[in-house]
Amino acid sequence: MENFFNLVPLVVLIPLAGMLINLFAGKHLGERGVGIVGAGASALTFFVAVLLWIAQVNTGYKAAVVDMPLLADWITIPSANVTIPWAFRVDTLSVTMMLVVTGVGTLIHIYAIGYMHGDERFPRFFVYMNMFLLFMLILVTGNNFLMMFVGWEGVGLCSYLLIGFWFDKPKGVGWRNSDAARKAFIVNRVGDFGLVLGVLITFWTFGTLDFYHPGEEPIAHHAEAAEEPRLFVPPIPQEEKAHQPEGPLGVFNQAEVWLEEGGHKVDFGMVSLSFETTLTLITLLFLLGATGKSAQIPLFVWLPDAMAGPTPVSALIHAATMVTAGVYMMVRANVFYHAAELTSFVVAVIGATTALVAGFIAVGQWDIKRVLAYSTVSQLGFMVAAVGVGAYAAAMFHLVTHACFKALLFLGSGSVIHGMEHGHHHVTHGHPSHLDDDFDPQDMRFMGGLKERMPVTYWTYLFGTLALAGIIPFAGFWSKDEILLDSLKAGVNKGLLGGYIAFVLLLTAAAFTAFYMWRQVSLIFLGKPRHAAAAHAEESARVMTVPLIILAALSLLIGFINVPGGFPILDWILGKHQFTSFLEHSVTYAHAGTFNFLLATFAVLLALGAIYLARSVYSEPVLATLRRDPLEVDPRTQRGFALANAKLYWDEFYFTYIVYPYRNAAYWLAQEVDWRFWHDYVHNRLIRDPFNAATAVLTWRVDKGLIDRAFDGLGWLTRRVGQRLRTIQTGYVHMYALSVLFGALLVMFLILVPLIRDWLGL
Amino acid sequence: MGSSGVSIELYVLLSAVLFIMGTIGVLLRRNAILVFMSVELMLNAANLALVAFARQWAGGDGHLMVFFVMTVAAAEVAVGLALIVAIFRTKKSIDIDNLHLFKE
Repeated sequence: MENFFNLVPLVVLIPLAGMLINLFAGKHLGERGVGIVGAGASALTFFVAVLLWIAQVNTGYKAAVVDMPLLADWITIPSANVTIPWAFRVDTLSVTMMLVVTGVGTLIHIYAIGYMHGDERFPRFFVYMNMFLLFMLILVTGNNFLMMFVGWEGVGLCSYLLIGFWFDKPKGVGWRNSDAARKAFIVNRVGDFGLVLGVLITFWTFGTLDFYHPGEEPIAHHAEAAEEPRLFVPPIPQEEKAHQPEGPLGVFNQAEVWLEEGGHKVDFGMVSLSFETTLTLITLLFLLGATGKSAQIPLFVWLPDAMAGPTPVSALIHAATMVTAGVYMMVRANVFYHAAELTSFVVAVIGATTALVAGFIAVGQWDIKRVLAYSTVSQLGFMVAAVGVGAYAAAMFHLVTHACFKALLFLGSGSVIHGMEHGHHHVTHGHPSHLDDDFDPQDMRFMGGLKERMPVTYWTYLFGTLALAGIIPFAGFWSKDEILLDSLKAGVNKGLLGGYIAFVLLLTAAAFTAFYMWRQVSLIFLGKPRHAAAAHAEESARVMTVPLIILAALSLLIGFINVPGGFPILDWILGKHQFTSFLEHSVTYAHAGTFNFLLATFAVLLALGAIYLARSVYSEPVLATLRRDPLEVDPRTQRGFALANAKLYWDEFYFTYIVYPYRNAAYWLAQEVDWRFWHDYVHNRLIRDPFNAATAVLTWRVDKGLIDRAFDGLGWLTRRVGQRLRTIQTGYVHMYALSVLFGALLVMFLILVPLIRDWLGL
Repeated sequence: MGSSGVSIELYVLLSAVLFIMGTIGVLLRRNAILVFMSVELMLNAANLALVAFARQWAGGDGHLMVFFVMTVAAAEVAVGLALIVAIFRTKKSIDIDNLHLFKE
C-alpha cells in the first residue's frame, strides 16, 4: 500500500499533460476532444486522489513525503546548507484537499463542457482550468512553504486569466471583465506580499521551510479525543507517535520543541525577538495572505467582482477551491496559530466580521452571482473564524461541505443564466434590439417562476440553499453547527474573548445567510415570470444537470462524514466525527466537537425563522409585480437595504482613501517629480543644455573653425600649386626627352665636377 | 686580352658618337619609328661601351649586362612597335608632335 504514495506526482503531472495537450492540439481536437481531455485529466487526478486516500486508510494514516522525479534538488545551496526539495506530502489534510479539488473540479469540468459550448476560445478555457488544477494541487500537496507559495501564485494567475476570460465582450462589458481581473490580481498581491514575508521570516527562524522532514510525524496533542471509541477509524497508537527521528526537525515540530523549552530567541540582526513574538508576526503575515486569497476583510473586495468570469470558474476557483487556500494554509500552520493567541483573536474577529458584513451585503444584491459571491465571502469568514477559535477540524469540515454546496449553487446559477439567455434568444429571435437593451440574464429582477421551466435546476438549487442555510440534515448544518459550538466553547471553556465575539457575529451571519438565500430562491424560481425571457427559459442540457444532481446529493450527504459525538442514533450508525479523527493525524490541534442539542436546535430554528421571514417578505403577490425590493420600499428597512445594495460603500471607501490618493500620488510623481524635476530640470537643464553648449563650441570653433579650415587650406594650396605646375607639362615627347637629357647632363655634371676638381688638385 | 691593336679610346669614342647621334635623333625626329630607331642606336652605343670596357678589364660583367640590354630592348621593341601600329590605326599618323593627348 505504501507504494501507492509514489503515485502522488501524478496529481500534478496529469493536469499538466491535459493542459499541454489542449494547449498545443486544442484547435484540432474540437469541443468534444478538448472537453474529454480537460475533464478526463481532472477525473484521472481524482482517481489518483482516491487511491491515495485508500492508501492512507490502509497504512494507518502515516504521512508520506515523496520527491518529485527530476526535481528532488529543487533549490539546493550546499554552502549555506539550504535544501528545499520539490517534495509532495501525502497526509490526511492534503488528501482531503486533493479529494475536494479534484472531485468538485471534475464535476465542474464536465459541467463546463456544456456551459462553454460554442465559445470561440473553448480550448483555451480548458487549458486554464487544467492549469488551475495543476497549481492548486501543487499548493495543497507541497511539503514546504515555498511549494505552497508557488501554487498560491499559480492559482492567482489562473484566477486572473479566467476572470478576464471574456475580456472582449462588446459594449464595455469586456472592459469591466478585465478590470475585475486586474482588481483581483492587484488586491491579491497585497495579501501575497504578507504571505511571502511570513515565509521568509519562517525560513530565517527555522532554517528550513519543510512542514515535516521525511520520516517525521507530528507531535500529537489529542489525549481527550483518543479516549472515545471509534468505529471505522483506528485510534492513534500513542507510543508510536512519541517516536521522533534524530536530526533537524521540520518547522512545526521544531516550533513545538521550542515552545515547550521556552525562552527561545530569534535574532533578526538589529532586533532580537522572543520565539512567541516571532510566531505572532509570522501568523499575522500569513493572515494577511489569507485575507487576500480567501477574501476576508480588508481584502475581500476582489471576490464579488471576480464573478465576471464564466460561471464554472466562479464555482471552481472563486467558491470551492482556490479561495479556501487561505483556510487550508492556516490549518496547515495550526501549530503556529495555536501558539499565537493574539493572532488567533484577530483571525476570529476578522473571520466573523467578514461573515456578517458579507452576509448583510448579500441581502441587497440583484445579480444572482453577486449574491453567491458575497455568500462565499461570508462562508469563508465562517471558516477563518473557526481557525481563529482553534476549531481547525471544523474549519476544514466547513471547507469540504461548502465546496460541495457552493459549487452546486454556482453551477445552478450558471444553469439559470444559460436558461435566461436561451429564453431571451428565443423571444428576440437573436435580435436583442427587438425587446429591450437593459436586459441582463443575471439580474434576478428579470427572473421569477423558473421553477416550472427548469425543475432540475430548481430542486438542486433548493438542496444547495438548504445546505447553505444550515437546515438539518443537509451538509451545511453539520459544519456550521460545529463552528458555532466550537466558538462558544472557546469563549466559555477557555475564556477567549474571540470565541464570544465570533459566536455572536456568526450566529447573526447564519440568520442573514438563510434570509438572503430564500430571497434568492423566491426571486429566481417562485412566483410568475417577470420577463419574457424567464417565461421562455429552458432547462439546461444533461451534461450540465447531471453534475448538479451529483452535487445536490453530496450537499445532502457529505455532512454525515463528521457527525458530532453525542448526536442521537446517527453517531452510532455513522461513527462519531470520523472526519475529525481522520484529520487529527495531520492537523495536530484538530479536536472533535460534541453535539449540543440546545445550540443546534436554536441555530436551526433561527435559520427556519429567517426563511419564514423571507417567505413573508417575498410573498407571491409581491413577487408578481416586483420592480423594487420590498425592503427598499419599507421605510423601516429602507436605509439598511440601501447600504447593503451599495455594498456598505466599501469600494467607494477604498477608492476615496487608497485608490484615488494613490493615483494622485502616482500622477504627481510622474508629472512633477519625474517629468518636471528629472526630465525638465535635471536632464534638460543640468545635463542636456551644458552638453549642447560644449558640443557647440567644439563643433563651430574647434572642428569647423580650426581643423576644417586647416585642411581646407591645405587642399587649396595643393590645388594652386598643381595649377601652376601643370603649365610646364606640354605633352610633347620632345620636351620630355630634352628634359631627360638635361637631367642626365646635370647628373653627369654633378658627378664630373668633383672629379675635375680632384684632377685639378683644387 | 686580344691581339687587336685597336685601343679602348676609339671604341669609347665611337660609342659616344653613336650615342650623341641617337640622342639628336630622339630629340629632333618627329617620326615615331625613327625616334624609336634612335633610341635603339643609343642602347647599342651603350652596349658597345659596355663590351669595350669588358674587354679592357677582361671581366664577364659587361657581357652579361649587354645580353640583358639586348633582351630588354627586344621586348621593348615588340611592345613599342605594337603601340606605334595601334596609334597609326587610330590617328593615321605617327608624328609624335601630334601625340599629346595627356596634355588636354
